[in-house]
Amino acid sequence: MVYRSNLEKILSEKGFAVTAEVGPPKGSDPGKIKAKGEIVQGFADAFNVTDNQTGVVRLSSLGGCVVLRGMGLEPIMQLCCRDRNRIGLQSDVLGGFAVGIRNMLFITGDHQCFGNHPGAKGVFDLDSIQLIRVVRDMRDMGVFQSGDKILSGKPDVFIGGAANPFADPFEFRVDRLEIKIDAGVDFVQTQSVFNLDRFNEWMDEVRSRGLDKRVHIVAGVTPLKSLKMADRMKFHVPGVDIPDEVYNRIKNAVDPKSEGFDIALGLIDEVKKIRGVHGLHITALFWEDVIPRLVEESGLLPRP
Amino acid sequence: MIITKQKEFSCLLESINKDPVFIVGCSECATLCHTGGGEEVLSMKTALEKEKITVTGWVVLEPACHLQNDKRLLRKYKKEIDDAKKVLVLSCGNGVQTVSEIISDSKVIAGTDTLFLGEIKHVNEFEKRCIMCGECIQDLFGGFCPVSRCPKGMLNGPCGGSVDGKCEVDSELECVWDSIFRYLKEKGLTGDMKKIREPKDWSKSVEWRRKI
Repeated sequence: MVYRSNLEKILSEKGFAVTAEVGPPKGSDPGKIKAKGEIVQGFADAFNVTDNQTGVVRLSSLGGCVVLRGMGLEPIMQLCCRDRNRIGLQSDVLGGFAVGIRNMLFITGDHQCFGNHPGAKGVFDLDSIQLIRVVRDMRDMGVFQSGDKILSGKPDVFIGGAANPFADPFEFRVDRLEIKIDAGVDFVQTQSVFNLDRFNEWMDEVRSRGLDKRVHIVAGVTPLKSLKMADRMKFHVPGVDIPDEVYNRIKNAVDPKSEGFDIALGLIDEVKKIRGVHGLHITALFWEDVIPRLVEESGLLPRP
Repeated sequence: MIITKQKEFSCLLESINKDPVFIVGCSECATLCHTGGGEEVLSMKTALEKEKITVTGWVVLEPACHLQNDKRLLRKYKKEIDDAKKVLVLSCGNGVQTVSEIISDSKVIAGTDTLFLGEIKHVNEFEKRCIMCGECIQDLFGGFCPVSRCPKGMLNGPCGGSVDGKCEVDSELECVWDSIFRYLKEKGLTGDMKKIREPKDWSKSVEWRRKI
């Protein structure tokens, strides 16, 4: 079997994958993302480079992926629907593939009102499900969204998406995953898990529908660095569910940073045991240097 | 209805720059929005006169977006308009342009900001309901329009950001997908939400200039 990427190989061969987010800098200095790459190299199988996350302008995902690839890291290029229409999105898929990017992850994107250019006009020409379907058709059928034929080189990418088991309406969350699978997604990374009960409830339904056999589910974990970050994520980031019990552990801790690490370690331990979870996705916001220790202490080393 | 809001009075004063003014209102949307009906035109007149600005006359067009009606009505006010240097239009952006087509000697000032096509919920309480996309697909969604009501225009279900049925962009705003889901669930039609909706054909909209 020839795999498109190492990530696809690990997931397909029933290994337990580890992915990690590498946030690109707010500037054009490639040294910043290189430095992050050096810290995490060898501690995960593939690295997400976010696409102007939360609507804040940063070095592009495509550019960041090229830098990481140059260092020998396998990137996951993220593309969101907020800033480009179907022409721009399809063009970036072709361009990304041409420079060797084999994993791509497609999301609708945070609304621009949360970012540093709230006056920007949001595009949202496609939603994430439509974009996934468009890329699948480019890859498998060699056609653009318009039906026009791709003339030279179908982008043979491993298609990723996001899944949020914690958003409302909860009853629809598994349906939404199913629609994404029908659209053509190969793997999904979930919103960071803090509420294990709810995640388990979602996974039970995922397994009962057999969806874990149709898509690779990679569970998100975020180590909380401080009470400030826990506050922000609990009260201000849409779609994040931090139960009071977890929040209070950080709040009452003598050393919140160390408590945040322990909570993450505990969560990783739990999600590893859940049937149908095929990997771990670490989003250590502004705390990338914790990734090596977190992966090591979770017993997930060495990486294949 | 086209929802408008009056510009800040200080902005209008700046645009008028102490020149004599003729005021134009509109009998339709701006009247219902209380931004440019007879009542608002008269209070504008009083407010401007308090600032020692000459108001040469006023009219409420029926409605301002109707070119032929406007020509007929404005003809009757030729002298008042000629005496003015500025024409302040309290209607939607369409009305402002229709008036501009007719009046060439005075400067036309838009007195309102045009916000959206929406519903009057209560007096002075409005909600966006349509963006005139050129191809209505509401019947796929139980009569709710996600194209205009979802800030991300999602067509395949809610994004991951709504909380307790409210939109992530504005906690006062109902998540339209929550409403769609609840409606379809009540009718036993949630299976409809599993069909993948194709990207919208924006060539049917007025993205480029179109006449009918």
